[in-house]
Amino acid sequence: MEGKALKDDVYILAIESSCDETAASVVKNGRTVLSNIISSQIPLHTLYGGVVPEIASRKHIEAINQVIEKALEEANRKLEQITAIAVTYGPGLVGALLVGVAEAKAIAFAAKKPLIGVHHIEGHVSANFIEHQDLEPPFVCLIVSGGHTHLVIVKDYGTFEIIGRTRDDAAGEAFDKVARAVGLGYPGGPKIDKAAMEGNPHAVEFPRGKVEGAPYDFSFSGLKSCVLNYINHAKMTGEEICVPDLAASFQNSVVDSLVSRTVAAAKEFGYWKVALAGGVASNTALRKGMESACKKEGLSLFYPSPIFCTDNAAMIGVAGYYEWLKGNTSGWDLNAVPNLKLGER
Amino acid sequence: MRILGIESSSLVAGVAVVTDGILTAEYTVNYKKNHSQTLLPMLDEVRKLLELDLDTIDGIAVSAGPGSFTGLRIGSATAKGLGLALKKPLIHIPTVDAMAYNLWGSSALICPIMDARRNQVYTGLYYVQERLEIVKGQCAVDMGQLIQELNAREEPVIFLGDGVPVFGDAIKAQLTVPCQFAPAQSNRQRAASVAALGLRYMEEGKIESAAEHKPEYLRKPQAEREREGITL
Repeated sequence: MEGKALKDDVYILAIESSCDETAASVVKNGRTVLSNIISSQIPLHTLYGGVVPEIASRKHIEAINQVIEKALEEANRKLEQITAIAVTYGPGLVGALLVGVAEAKAIAFAAKKPLIGVHHIEGHVSANFIEHQDLEPPFVCLIVSGGHTHLVIVKDYGTFEIIGRTRDDAAGEAFDKVARAVGLGYPGGPKIDKAAMEGNPHAVEFPRGKVEGAPYDFSFSGLKSCVLNYINHAKMTGEEICVPDLAASFQNSVVDSLVSRTVAAAKEFGYWKVALAGGVASNTALRKGMESACKKEGLSLFYPSPIFCTDNAAMIGVAGYYEWLKGNTSGWDLNAVPNLKLGER
Repeated sequence: MRILGIESSSLVAGVAVVTDGILTAEYTVNYKKNHSQTLLPMLDEVRKLLELDLDTIDGIAVSAGPGSFTGLRIGSATAKGLGLALKKPLIHIPTVDAMAYNLWGSSALICPIMDARRNQVYTGLYYVQERLEIVKGQCAVDMGQLIQELNAREEPVIFLGDGVPVFGDAIKAQLTVPCQFAPAQSNRQRAASVAALGLRYMEEGKIESAAEHKPEYLRKPQAEREREGITL
């Protein structure tokens, strides 16, 4: 912990608007969440079967001040008592990100506070620090969401070595597409998870996607095609599809790919701590599968509660705190970077 | 009374400060559309040059649309963030009204035209001789329809806005009334006009909270239009 003297408590006001949740939070000393306000637009986007960027951006601007004010109020903090303002500046939908970025910059400027641009995925990883006060880097982390599938080594706070990534669809994206194909609707992850609870995961043995020569990379497009072909074939032959069995079998294949690579990486690179991050980290089958595999191998598993797996600002406040400790503040020209790479600033 | 004006509805990014009825600073850049990176540094520069204590600002006037959806939101979110932190009200300024206000004192009919694509303009009709009189409130219309409407009014008109280079030839060919085009200092959006009109509105009590403020797009998102088209 170099760079800053830590005699006073540090309060970060964090703002997140990268996709379809408008969120704000106050985090104390990087580990204690004093408030975590999320205004979700999911019911609205359900009408369109997915997130509509222009609609998401419009909703962000309508909700953002109320969300921030509520976060301060619940934390019982005035803006003057905040140490710094953190905001997600990428990756995400550019129009959505810009609302949070412009708002955070104006607040920091007017309140004369430092501004900290935060990487959304660094936020997801940092969500693990909220409920696991003893967890510290280094550890292996599987990041799985609608837009990301990364296997990384978290070497230090905010420092990542990427050892595997998806070559095609993100895991969450595959969930959404399969959910749409079997009529479960949006958002696909929770819908498949729920349907699968009633199904047999071995009803259909779908393949596990592999990438030649890259043992830690993922591929889900082949699996997705197999599932879609299976559905089409059943439709043509008039067979009835058992949605719970299909959901459980598809999910089992995804979980198997995720678990086997994560555990293998932890063993090969010599880490005994494994963490999950991102929206798909809420998936019950993934949690169960990872838990039993880790137990078998003597690894410790960490994952956030579902409320901190979904897009939220508390995780941005945690990541922002560690960036602040390193002196990584941003200028008034901070821009939204929709395709910001992991490890970039 | 001190009003901050913010303009980012088009290619123009601008900030201005009007203090006790006088323009004390105006910063306009009409170059590339990267308002997210330029707007706040511009405001910071104005703050430094004026040795401005932001707490002495009484109201924040923002050009609220129509215009570029993203541009509007950058200006709006900036104004909302400033309003939240400074605990000051916002003043919602219709963008086309503020453009007409650029030409205060003219006796002709004022017709700002912003290029809205698909052969449409965001426009309105105004008299500005003694006060800002709204003849036709801001709206999105086909350029051909606007020209017909102006011909029917049979009075001289002054055009301004980024629709002029796009529709200038059509205007010259089809317009039957005398017309002029505003010169460089007043033919695009100006934050000074936003702030000056903001001062008027503030005095009349036409303010809103930073929380309730949102842009006025005049157009629905494409996905929403398409969905309504299918269900209708």
